[in-house]
Amino acid sequence: MISVESLTKAYNGDAVVDAVTLQLPGSGLTTIVGPNGAGKSTLLSLISRILGPDAGTVIADDIDVLSAPGTEVAKKLSILRQDQNTTARITVRELVEFGRYPYSKGRLTEACHIAVEEAISYCDLVSLEERPIHEMSGGQRQRAYLAMVLAQDTRYVLLDEPLNNLDMVHATGMMRLLRSLADDQGKSIVLVLHDINYASVYSDRIVGMRDGEVVQDGPTSEVITPDALQAVFGTAFPVHDLAGNKFADYFR
Amino acid sequence: MATVVLWAAVAAVVTLSVASMFVGVIDIDFGAVLTDPEARRVFALSRIPRTLALILAGTAMAVAGLILQSLMRNRFVAPTTAGTVDAAAVGLLVVIIISPGAPVMGKVMVALVFALVGTILFLAVVRRTRFREAILVPLIGLVLGGVYRAVAEFLAYRYNLVQSIDTWFNADFSGIIAGRYETLWLAGAAAAAAYVFANRLTAVGMGEAFATSIGVNYRATMAVGMGIAAFATAVVVVTVGAIPFLGLIVPNIVTILVGDSLRKVLPITALAGAVLVLGCDIAGRIVIFPYEIPVGTIVGTVGAGIFLFLVMRKGNRYAAA
Ligand SMILES: Nc1ncnc2c1ncn2[C@@H]1O[C@H](COP(=O)(O)OP(=O)(O)OP(=O)(O)O)[C@@H](O)[C@H]1O
Ligand SMILES: [Mg+2]
Repeated sequence: MISVESLTKAYNGDAVVDAVTLQLPGSGLTTIVGPNGAGKSTLLSLISRILGPDAGTVIADDIDVLSAPGTEVAKKLSILRQDQNTTARITVRELVEFGRYPYSKGRLTEACHIAVEEAISYCDLVSLEERPIHEMSGGQRQRAYLAMVLAQDTRYVLLDEPLNNLDMVHATGMMRLLRSLADDQGKSIVLVLHDINYASVYSDRIVGMRDGEVVQDGPTSEVITPDALQAVFGTAFPVHDLAGNKFADYFR
Repeated sequence: MATVVLWAAVAAVVTLSVASMFVGVIDIDFGAVLTDPEARRVFALSRIPRTLALILAGTAMAVAGLILQSLMRNRFVAPTTAGTVDAAAVGLLVVIIISPGAPVMGKVMVALVFALVGTILFLAVVRRTRFREAILVPLIGLVLGGVYRAVAEFLAYRYNLVQSIDTWFNADFSGIIAGRYETLWLAGAAAAAAYVFANRLTAVGMGEAFATSIGVNYRATMAVGMGIAAFATAVVVVTVGAIPFLGLIVPNIVTILVGDSLRKVLPITALAGAVLVLGCDIAGRIVIFPYEIPVGTIVGTVGAGIFLFLVMRKGNRYAAA
């Protein structure tokens, strides 16, 4: 379990993550939803210590994320960021190999090679593995970064809008893959999604954020309701049952 | 690709090293080295030291440039555009003024401290700049470097050392003999040490968040990289003088060919630095034989040509579509 305690980050006196206290389970699929600017990315960056908080603590199982050695944390949790602002020209395989850094410090072991191969084929990248990432489409690049995160093989996998740039088929493929990581490998997947119907179909749990605060947190069926969604997004959507899942009709 | 380039660079270094040892005022052929003791003396005293000095200095400057480019995530940064060389020169002047008889290592250490402080100041200014456009970064470096250089020139003028500082900015290998170049091995060693950190330096080049997410200590790696680059630069400036353009051009040429993974790029950059300096120095010895043109002048000309060609060549990351 990841315990987040009074986590706060402010920019120019404005708290964009405002004393958030939250427990993320040790397995299963948890989705964070909320309007643009709610603080979802900031929260994920704070939890994965790529951004320093102004206050608060993050404990992942037995590790104090904010003070433990970098490689220890990197073996416990991995993050796929919302945008990769890199201009470095490296190949898919080189990128995925970075996922093994916490284990190998760059000298890949046999186990590392296996993990890299697996991640590459999992993400459907075998034919692209020698391609430089800057010469790929947005969706292909997104998959390459996901493969790196998978190669990191951590219990907690945080993903900020992993469906960005993916077509419908790959988006659904991605959600299935994440679901199977949770079910078959017992990982805890925490992701930010904008499509609440994907969240509804695939998540065990949904956290709703608004203005830097967690305003909803519960099992999927309790959060995909008109009232709860109103609290998160400030707009009421009708919710329909369809083949055993709840769908919010936000198209009209 | 990378393997082909690597072996081509190895072959070029070997060929040019042999050529470098047989070009000079005194005509020596291969047979003479085996039979004539006088020829052997010239070899051991001058030709071999000069060739080694060229290889080591070329390697060190190119690798220093590569490291700075990766750390700063900017293709236009190099020891000569980040103020490193100028700051090292100020340091060297300060030792010479305060303690003229200081041993070479003492000079290197003081030059290193100045080079580090100068480069870190550059980094701090860049970090404080809001609009971090690619071209602004080296401009800041050039401006800061200009300030350091003005300080150096002022000091040199005050203490009658103007003549000596010229060669610090523009290397001269014609005076290299046994006993006068050996410190350069340290610069070569620093370049080799960088290979140990190749993966971490690449990760830092991918950005702070990326490095942190895989457990690479961003600040520590930054410090190590800066330290290696500044040390290599300081040694070269103190021993033979900086080679302008080298640290800028060589890494750019090599990364255009083989990408940005330092594991692949670093060895090739090291060799390519040696190739360019060896080639330019040999040319400098031949063009107005028996006189010499300083290697820096030729590197500047040839390097600028290659660089412009690569930048304007269609289909690369700088060229207009
Ligand atoms: N570096 C920064 N400086 C100032 N403000 C920032 C910075 N980063 C984020 N913010 C602000 O913090 C707030 C939360 O940003 P964040 O990226 O966490 O939102 P988000 O919920 O991920 O939104 P989106 O759905 O658009 O990705 C926003 O109002 C944003 O403008
Ligand atoms: Mg976001």
